[in-house]
Amino acid sequence: MFSIYITSFIVGGLICVIGQLLFDVAKLTPAHTLCILVVTGSVLDGLGLYEPLIDFAGTGATIPITSFGNALTHGALAEAEKHGLIGVLTGMFEVTSSGISAAILFGFIASFIFKPKGSV
Amino acid sequence: MVMKGLLKFPSTPSIVATGVTAGPLEKKSAFQAGFDKMYDDERCNLKTNEQGHSKLMEDACMIALSKVDKIPADADFLVTGDLVNQMTPSSFFATTVGIPYLGMFSACATSVSSLLTAALLTEAGMSKLAIAGSSSHHNSIERQFRYPIEYGAQKGAAAQWTVTAAGAAAVVPFQKGFPSIERGTVGRAIDMGMTDPLNMGAAMAPAAADTLKRHLEGHGASASDYDLIMTGDLATVGFSIFKELVKNQGITEFDNFSDAGMEFYGNNPDFKAGASGAGCSAAVYFSEVYQKMKDKEYKKVLLIATGALLSPLSFQQGETIPCIAHAVELTMK
Amino acid sequence: MDKEKYAKLEQKISPKPPLLKNVIKAFLVGGTICLIAQFIALFYMTFFNFTERTASNPTVATMIFISMLLTGFGVYKKIGQVGGAGGAVPITGFGNAVVSAAIEHKSEGFVLGVGSNIFKLAGSVIVFGVFSAFLVALVKTILVKMGVVSW
Repeated sequence: MFSIYITSFIVGGLICVIGQLLFDVAKLTPAHTLCILVVTGSVLDGLGLYEPLIDFAGTGATIPITSFGNALTHGALAEAEKHGLIGVLTGMFEVTSSGISAAILFGFIASFIFKPKGSV
Repeated sequence: MVMKGLLKFPSTPSIVATGVTAGPLEKKSAFQAGFDKMYDDERCNLKTNEQGHSKLMEDACMIALSKVDKIPADADFLVTGDLVNQMTPSSFFATTVGIPYLGMFSACATSVSSLLTAALLTEAGMSKLAIAGSSSHHNSIERQFRYPIEYGAQKGAAAQWTVTAAGAAAVVPFQKGFPSIERGTVGRAIDMGMTDPLNMGAAMAPAAADTLKRHLEGHGASASDYDLIMTGDLATVGFSIFKELVKNQGITEFDNFSDAGMEFYGNNPDFKAGASGAGCSAAVYFSEVYQKMKDKEYKKVLLIATGALLSPLSFQQGETIPCIAHAVELTMK
Repeated sequence: MDKEKYAKLEQKISPKPPLLKNVIKAFLVGGTICLIAQFIALFYMTFFNFTERTASNPTVATMIFISMLLTGFGVYKKIGQVGGAGGAVPITGFGNAVVSAAIEHKSEGFVLGVGSNIFKLAGSVIVFGVFSAFLVALVKTILVKMGVVSW
């Protein structure tokens, strides 16, 4: 139970390290890096590897953007299991709706409150 | 006589006054003592970044005019530019002052290209008083060329900080006791295949070296003739590369070389390689350099403003970054 | 000087990213963000009716909320500068991309500015996520139907 805090830190940190290597070594922009990580998460779930990672690392696996790809695939697969091919399309946002709705909601609210500041 | 981009001004138009305005962060600038006005609010207490940008330029122009007891109606030409799409900040301020207006875009080299144009108009006898200048505004430029201001992208050591500043110069036919414009060189657009918009200095250095070479050879001058040779906004990385390129041209002494962008914020690591933006060279040339010329500390200076002629679109389409550098030679008699 | 020779000179002089330092900072910042999220998940499991699995949704939403505050107060860009990918890869970085675009484009109004630009940076992640999820799920479903693999 307690070990999840350690594995969360280490796994989450390591996924970020992969991102940093894509920044500095592969010279990719943040947008390209994040897209690659999302696709990776989605493929890992297709191979059935991401869920075990969540069991092992908790938020270390659910907080990095890879989990977004995983959640999309997971939702699609769960629906596909029930309804066949059509489920691939309909199930996509089943699991991951909270992240996107929270981002839209808080982003919109922020635009009422904040102004960008050009400080260092 | 065909001059291949070389300009000579036998009547030596003079710069009788300058005005420099800057934003709140620029209080940290090494040159801040020479700035005429600095705002506490990054939008100059206006609603949008672009309105603030416009205000900066307007105030710089008004300050320059007021120093010679003139009003906008006395001016014959206004030659200014900035980096925002279609240069709306310059154009909006041009509507408020109502001076006949030529918009000028040479990216961050606009400070010198406007000065050269104003000098040409004066030389041709078409202008008794022309205002030349350029400006940039951190928030408006960053959001256009890079990311939203609050986005947490990591900047490398070669990245530069767009300054919030504007500089304007009042150009008149020769007057004794003021720095005057003797010669100039219009740069060639040069593309050495650089693609990294977070390392603009490296993209611009070849343009600066090319213009320096053409200016010296074309006008039969040597680098040691000048008390100061100051490039625009190459910053630390670009300036090091520039020096390497200039060494290949046989110049070995760099005591009189300097770069406005590199020195702008001192050695403050927050600003990475240094400053950039059309306001950077204008603010430095028209404050510190101008003042030192008036005080006769400098008798002859060569200002080479540098600009990267990219747009967010050209970058996203995978194009390389073409660059330009324009040179103007000022003398104090 | 030709372009190739210049590229060599530029490579020689331009500073290299301090790889080891950047990697360590990304690890620490990213790890810390995930660790904080783990405590938030614990909070939801302890005080609300969530299991380890279902706590993930409110945790993600809370992290994005925190990211909104940090972005609005100008702190997240500092986290991003220090942490690099450590700030960008966690869901808080996704939140930062959305929130920073939203507040940046407020000057063009709520519909044309905020509404149209809110996914300016984060949109590509959603597009690629959805498309890859579609492909992966499609392939897997077909493979299952063919009896090659099982769910």
